[in-house]
Amino acid sequence: MSNLFTISPDFSPDHISGWYIFNTWLQKQTGEAIHLEMYNDFHSQREAIKSDKVDLIYANPFDAAMLVREKGFLPLVKPLGRADEAIIAVNAENTVEDVAHLLPGIRVAVTDDPDVHLMGMIMLEPGDLDANNVNINVCDTYVLVAKHLLRGDADVGIFLAEAYDNLSNMIKSQLKILVRSQISVIHHSLMIGPKLVEKRDKFQSLLVDMSNDAKGKGVLEGLGIDAWVGIEDEEMEFMIDLMDTLNT
Amino acid sequence: MLHDMKHDDIVGDYQEITLNLFGNLTRKILYTQIETPYPDGKLIVSTTDPNGVITHVNQAFIEMSGYTKDELLNTPHSILRHPDMPPAAFKDLWDTIQKGNKWQGFVKNLRKDGGYYWVKATVIPNVRNGKVTGYTSVRRKPSRTKVEECIKLYPTLF
Ligand SMILES: Cc1cc2nc3c(=O)[nH]c(=O)nc-3n(C[C@H](O)[C@H](O)[C@H](O)COP(=O)(O)O)c2cc1C
Repeated sequence: MSNLFTISPDFSPDHISGWYIFNTWLQKQTGEAIHLEMYNDFHSQREAIKSDKVDLIYANPFDAAMLVREKGFLPLVKPLGRADEAIIAVNAENTVEDVAHLLPGIRVAVTDDPDVHLMGMIMLEPGDLDANNVNINVCDTYVLVAKHLLRGDADVGIFLAEAYDNLSNMIKSQLKILVRSQISVIHHSLMIGPKLVEKRDKFQSLLVDMSNDAKGKGVLEGLGIDAWVGIEDEEMEFMIDLMDTLNT
Repeated sequence: MLHDMKHDDIVGDYQEITLNLFGNLTRKILYTQIETPYPDGKLIVSTTDPNGVITHVNQAFIEMSGYTKDELLNTPHSILRHPDMPPAAFKDLWDTIQKGNKWQGFVKNLRKDGGYYWVKATVIPNVRNGKVTGYTSVRRKPSRTKVEECIKLYPTLF
């Protein structure tokens, strides 16, 4: 029977074909039949996880707790040097220089990336802002978050730092960063489910070695990843505990 | 190990007091009125064993506390205990986490140089294979309003 592989719906659109190529590589290397299923949003992906359809996942840190603690997933690898960080930005013409000076009632543009949303809201807390006193506007992409700021339809934007950094210079020149997180231990992870768990070591070593081989390196480039780094169980538990404290 | 604070480490005018800590420990504290602002965007993270002895600190913890990693590891977490913190806060912390629950609160911490910094802390039990192996505390930047409330409230809790 084929295994189902899915990736966190916050993947960059530039890498869609890269993930299909990665899946082909993975099937060839492991000898397992793996079907890649892309979900449009976190909600439908979580439904699939809940009904035990998923066997492999490139997961958002926000979902790691549920995957490990409720669904018996174990970590395989994370991308080298690519922690998830968040940025709080405003229109460059906004006179506010510090989150502490933002006022209740502001309009906050976000995407549905759960980990970035969480980190962003924590960075708004020093301004006495929370979900109860701001207006959240969920956008499909970070480019749309930026556009809302430029048009003045939103006062504050919460960005994945990497997505912000990849905005065009034209857009960035019209925005201003108030805070950039420096957390460095929250990251996406490739995880393996109960059905495949006996093959965990094999999967992990193939993935860790992937960047040492020209073909593998090329496949990784298609994902915008330099190399996979193995994740120890305790590292994953630590990240889950950390996310848990932030979620409070 | 928990040592008395040293005059040479202190920056600015200071007061002196001896704190009674858990396990019949006493510590001479030297403290100033100098606040170090919480760094934007950072989390200060530490983990302890079940007895509150530090087993892990992140870089932000080291920078804000002013101690080296070696001075922090294997030392009771009360190394940051500030005399302005009411004992009831820490009793509540320990009662809560020992029941397996999360604790959240605003804490004034003491630096090696005698200064202080305010944090919003969340402490959770680390459960591994059904057993509590220790506790993790993650601190974030507190809102000034909340800190002002604590500055008024805490002296009434002694
Ligand atoms: C994970 C964890 C983190 C803690 N962090 C702090 C801290 O930052 N500052 C502090 O004064 N006490 C902290 N405590 C509480 C101390 O263990 C201790 O109870 C407190 O400093 C009061 O000292 P005493 O219990 O010896 O009276 C922490 C405890 C745990 C379990």
